[in-house]
Amino acid sequence: MQEISLTDDRRSLVGEAFRSKSFSLGFLLTGAFIVAAVLSLVWTPYDATAISVAEKLRGPSAAHWLGTDHFGRDILSMIMVGARTSIAVAFVSVGIGIAAGVPLGLWAAARQGSLVDEIIMRANDLVFAFPALLIAILITAVFGPGAVNAIIAIGIFNIPVFARLARGAALTLWTREYIFAARVAGKGAVRISAEHILPNIMNLLIVQGTIQFSLGILADAALSYVGLGAQPPVPSWGRMLADAQTMISLAPHMALFPGAAIVLTVLGLNLMGDGLRDIFDPKLRRSR
Amino acid sequence: MVPFLLKRLISLALSLLAASVVIFLVLQVVPGDPASYMLGMNAQPETVEALRQQMGLNEPLVWRYLTWIAGLAHGDFGISYTYKVPTAELISQRLWVSLPLAVYALVLSTLIALPVGIIAAAKRNTAADYGIMGVTQFGIAVPNFWFAMLLVLLFSITLRWFSAGGFPGWSAGFLPAMKALTLPAIALALPQASILARVTRSSLLDTLSEDYIRTARAKGLTRSQTLVRHAVRNAMIPVLTIIGLQFSFLLAGAIIIENVFYLPGLGRLVFQGITQRDLIVVQSVVMLLVFAVIVITFLVDIAYAVVDPRLRSRS
Amino acid sequence: MNRLMKLMTTAAILAAASAMTPAFAANTAITVGMVLEPPNLDPTSGAAAAIREVTYANIFQGLTRFDANGAIIPDLAKSWDISPDGLTYTFHLAKGVKFHDGSDFSADDVKFSLDRARAPDSTNAQKGLFADIASVDVADPLTVKVTLKKPNGSFLFNMAWGDAVILSPKSIATEATKPVGTGPFKFVNWVKGDHVELAKFDGYWGAPAKLDKVTFKFISDPSAAFAAVMAGDVDAFPMFPAAETLEQFKSDPRFQVIVGNTEGKTILAMNNGKKPFDNIKVREAVAHAINRKEIIDGAMFGYGTPIGTHFSPQNPDYVDLTGQSNYDPEKSKALLKEAGYPNGFTVSLKLPPPPYARKGGEIIAAELAKVGIKAEISNVEWAQWLEQVFKGKDYDMTIIAHVEPMDLDIYSRDNYYFNYKSDAYKKIMAELSSATEPAKRSELLKQAQKQIADDYVNAFLFQLPKTGVANAKIVGLWKNQPTPANDMSEVYWKD
Repeated sequence: MQEISLTDDRRSLVGEAFRSKSFSLGFLLTGAFIVAAVLSLVWTPYDATAISVAEKLRGPSAAHWLGTDHFGRDILSMIMVGARTSIAVAFVSVGIGIAAGVPLGLWAAARQGSLVDEIIMRANDLVFAFPALLIAILITAVFGPGAVNAIIAIGIFNIPVFARLARGAALTLWTREYIFAARVAGKGAVRISAEHILPNIMNLLIVQGTIQFSLGILADAALSYVGLGAQPPVPSWGRMLADAQTMISLAPHMALFPGAAIVLTVLGLNLMGDGLRDIFDPKLRRSR
Repeated sequence: MVPFLLKRLISLALSLLAASVVIFLVLQVVPGDPASYMLGMNAQPETVEALRQQMGLNEPLVWRYLTWIAGLAHGDFGISYTYKVPTAELISQRLWVSLPLAVYALVLSTLIALPVGIIAAAKRNTAADYGIMGVTQFGIAVPNFWFAMLLVLLFSITLRWFSAGGFPGWSAGFLPAMKALTLPAIALALPQASILARVTRSSLLDTLSEDYIRTARAKGLTRSQTLVRHAVRNAMIPVLTIIGLQFSFLLAGAIIIENVFYLPGLGRLVFQGITQRDLIVVQSVVMLLVFAVIVITFLVDIAYAVVDPRLRSRS
Repeated sequence: MNRLMKLMTTAAILAAASAMTPAFAANTAITVGMVLEPPNLDPTSGAAAAIREVTYANIFQGLTRFDANGAIIPDLAKSWDISPDGLTYTFHLAKGVKFHDGSDFSADDVKFSLDRARAPDSTNAQKGLFADIASVDVADPLTVKVTLKKPNGSFLFNMAWGDAVILSPKSIATEATKPVGTGPFKFVNWVKGDHVELAKFDGYWGAPAKLDKVTFKFISDPSAAFAAVMAGDVDAFPMFPAAETLEQFKSDPRFQVIVGNTEGKTILAMNNGKKPFDNIKVREAVAHAINRKEIIDGAMFGYGTPIGTHFSPQNPDYVDLTGQSNYDPEKSKALLKEAGYPNGFTVSLKLPPPPYARKGGEIIAAELAKVGIKAEISNVEWAQWLEQVFKGKDYDMTIIAHVEPMDLDIYSRDNYYFNYKSDAYKKIMAELSSATEPAKRSELLKQAQKQIADDYVNAFLFQLPKTGVANAKIVGLWKNQPTPANDMSEVYWKD
């Protein structure tokens, strides 16, 4: 039952997804920023790094839709390029979490109760016990600030999230009859995990991935706000806010727009996540 | 129960040990020398060496680790490199800011979230529910430091009701101190309240669909009577769990808000400790926070096991 | 006692006499804003400027001291005699001096403090100041004889530093948290993270302070600093972090804006020992690629004096060499081509935390990009900067303000982080250290400034300004900052 109609499922899934208002709105918001990010690769209204001190701290105008910052750079262009950085950092760190966390979780589930299981889960607890932001700050203190180290710092905390999720979901599947049948048929734990378990927990992973993606955007903003994310001149939303903070009485627009960009992107991702969860988990939909 | 407890205790001790090793090692590889940081650009190499000697930085690695752990075990956190006072004293001073701030934020968030969540559940699928859920979606998406900046812009710079940062100390009196903590507490509380309101709502809705609630309704209780008498109480378990989690998050996670408002709390202490390479302070505070989380998790596990014996055999 | 000394003493007496006239000042408390909180309050074992900004001339005093204009004047030593060979300094100490703990100050304390600062296990951040001392001897309770290893024209200047203050052996263990000095103010308490409180010391030996209470309040956020001054929570903010709002204060009669200079020579340092900056043409190209005005406008909100060499413009011997490294991108490109880099190159630009470096760095990177030099910015913390750039010399370019006064000698140091090696320059410095005649010294100082400008050792940017704001009724604040200090001894409120 689980493998037969995957393709059909997918097609209807897309249709169903867009019938969900949350998902559609979220998709629209997130999509807009992804488009802006991609567009910024080829075109921005101005060069996002071009400094023009004479035009500093201008409010929104026809020439600069979102105004200029303390160096006279165009804020709209910076937000577009910043979207690229934020989305890339969050996306890759979710990738790290899935790539490392899911196999660990599946392994732990396959060897439930063994030493391996115990070690993996205790290590997970340990990572959870660390104050995430502090450790991220420590990591960047060790390796130096930069987008790559921000990705690593955020990625590390995504690993236990996915490991736990994968283990928990896999554990319930291991008790199912068709898994038992596969074991009788002589399939090894690795094959069963890859062929039977993984496809069945995909939905959960996608929902969690969306949530972690949005948390990643927030974490990247926080890290670059304290100066540990992407380094100048590459714009990042968090650093734009940090710069804006000192000028908030003079140029509030410098604080408003990058903040709004973060809120809208995160909101979009959360809405998408909610929409997907409703579709995948009818039990939850009932309570909506 | 006893073997279970024993097993969990051993695992707790191992976790703490592992955490202390990890923290200690990470801080050893942080580039930058505390002594040269303190003495600045004009310092002579021999002076830096003398200060390193004085700080005990020239002892072997393992020895330094063991002295630190031995000290921790009987409450001696060492002497801060830069502040030159006992770290325990620094921590207790800072706790008097961080702890009240966390409690303040938690109280605010709970006071907002519970009624809002209950209303949303009671008025499910009405405009009020949609409105509340929409606002909470925003609340979750707002980075708290940005919200803090907006609060400063509105209440400190435009209206001048609150100062934009700093903490006068409890010696300045209860009200001025609370006033200084108000904007930070609001900034911290908003996202937490949004999460909590959503959890309250969905937990209530889950409970409302349980059989005994239907029975209660069948017995002739009105919807709101059922809600208050039965559902709210039963729905509180997940809500309380979340509140507990949020408390430890607020204690450790206020680091950015403390920086925005220049509050002398634990988070800011660690942050400054890292930039000043006051490693002894950093490792002790991080260890303390980790210790708190691990112990709380342990206690929660035990509590669950007491409530639900099935968990004992499973783990 | 030399003539200058007499003149100074007379001036001091006159100043003290004239200060007695406003007898009934209404307000005798002041709250002074500072950006950074000191880590501790012991200036003899740590380099943080914030320590001196609280303690210098308020709590602690040295044998000599800097006045508001950077001149060296007597402090605990009311006069001194210098032996003809320049090797022996006999200091005559002030009478009736008491420490804040009530104990008497005597020559023994001077010997203790100086010996402690130069001891093998000393942790004095400026130990070099004491390097030439051969011995310190107590002649009688009010006379100290300091013997030098070799004549040192700047010994009295060295003794004026915040690191050379006189401490009491009795309180040495708690100096970091409860400082005990001989100054006009005594330490009262310190609410960590917020403020330090000082009060007038009734047993002060000199002219008593006019203020009864001084509170140093620490506010590092520019918008919070702005709000605090506007609201009157802070009466004076001598190093105000929000220079962009000064215009607003200027037009408000309730406030005065005080703009002066610090000793901070802000430079774009280049690693002369490493490709491509081992080539003087490349360094010259960098110098011409930089638009000082744009940097001062963009990073410093227009405050700051352009400099063309490593010397303070407020010094009478300063030579304005900015024309030699004027903004000329075309010339810069041509020089790069001559040097064999027609398409430019990529280098690292390491930036320490202060805003002048972080903001200035972004502008400089953009300016360098226009001539084809790609400067990859990496922001580093102080600890990293000291280890990687300063100690390890593992850098291409960095931005930093050298705040020590009269530090031309750093260009003659072997192994200094610039990696600049010039025998001609070393010769000038050697002559300077033995020269005593003022005209000769002045000539050598000028030569030294020209030499480093000719060699384009670094790109010299601007003198770090001291931009302060204060209540219009406050009198006696320093305009310039010859040394990190907030001297409150002469400050008062006019009514």
